[in-house]
Amino acid sequence: MNPHIDYLLRLGDSSLVMGQRLSEWTGHGPVLEEDIAMTNIALDFVGQARMLLTHAGKLEGAGRDEDALAYFRDTRAYRNFTLCELPNSGIEKGSGDGACYAFTVMRNLLYCAWQAQLWAALAESKDTELAAIAAKSAKETAYHLRHASDWVVRFGDGTEQSRARAQRALEQLLPYTNELFSSDPVEEAVAIAGIGVRGADLKAGFDHLIGAVQEEAGLALPAACGFQSTGKNGMHSEHLDFLLTEMQSLARAHPGAQW
Amino acid sequence: MSAGIDCDLPPAGGDVIERIMAILATVPDPEIPVISVLDLGLVRGVSETPDGFEISVTPTYAGCPATQVIAHDITAALAAAGISARLVTRLSPPWTTDWITPLGRARLREFGIAPPGPVDHHAPQIVHFAPRAGRKEMPPACPHCGSERTELLSQFGSTACKALYRCIDCREPFDYFKPL
Repeated sequence: MNPHIDYLLRLGDSSLVMGQRLSEWTGHGPVLEEDIAMTNIALDFVGQARMLLTHAGKLEGAGRDEDALAYFRDTRAYRNFTLCELPNSGIEKGSGDGACYAFTVMRNLLYCAWQAQLWAALAESKDTELAAIAAKSAKETAYHLRHASDWVVRFGDGTEQSRARAQRALEQLLPYTNELFSSDPVEEAVAIAGIGVRGADLKAGFDHLIGAVQEEAGLALPAACGFQSTGKNGMHSEHLDFLLTEMQSLARAHPGAQW
Repeated sequence: MSAGIDCDLPPAGGDVIERIMAILATVPDPEIPVISVLDLGLVRGVSETPDGFEISVTPTYAGCPATQVIAHDITAALAAAGISARLVTRLSPPWTTDWITPLGRARLREFGIAPPGPVDHHAPQIVHFAPRAGRKEMPPACPHCGSERTELLSQFGSTACKALYRCIDCREPFDYFKPL
């Protein structure tokens, strides 16, 4: 596959899956303001996905638009980072724990901290459409990052339970960020072409942001580990199938439907 | 031609373009109907091409559900005046609340939405985390009583572009159009 398209799918699919996950809070937020906030953030992610997938479809030149890419690709064709598809309840599926706001917000913090570095770098991309998408998304990501940072600090300051949940979320999620920084042929090809950026170059900025929030929140940063998830190569956790089945059901039950 | 629009509108290239601008000034934003798409800074250019008139429009937020409605409303308003125009989406430079005109800001305030403060374009794109003690932002003035003693309730309000604030003096909640 063309690495340029593959790279756009990684970013677009990650935004789409994040948007779908976060939208699960719609109508179920812990308080009304947060219900609305998380729904708005979900909408921004879907907006990023629409721009990125539309661009990928045009480059591919096979007549696939954003909807074709979103609704009619199967799990293995999705290129999102595994981090984005993990359920809101935490990584122990079927734990009976229900959706956990601390886990959801911690994932937002980690992914948005990475995205903030990414958009800043991609604003200089030789792919001018991608550069425009990055410049636009950077402004929205700044608000997402601030929302997540504020909540993580509040969880750290809060009750024993909120603090324990935030700490557990950080411990569970941080290993999944390794995938954001590991190199592979797709990333190397787009970095050499001046289209994309090496994840490794975003690590220092990411660590700085996360370190500042973690310190302010009084959470302990887990030790680095070698775990590598592989969603960006199409090898996903079991959670993505469930997410896509729900997201794609309407479009697949009524192909070509318009409303 | 409307003053205060800092986009690359062509010099008066004929009265049709002026008519288009006058029509655009009457097309309301679907979510905040007191402000026109022109005063919101969404129209980035109007030009005459061999294929007819072309209007460049930029989205506020990428995922804003009003974007398609706005495109439809603009086309319909022009069609009603017998003008056929093609709409193109322009992402770059990204929309900023600094493009909202003074008239637009006044309309927002009258409507009960605090208009956005200025965006610091020299600030780096990455917003670094500000520790609790380090926050020194000026909260927006209450659009109801004018008090500057207001507090943030939620960074995300009834639409993506607004935050929810409360006035400490008159106790009324209000929307704040976030600087972007």
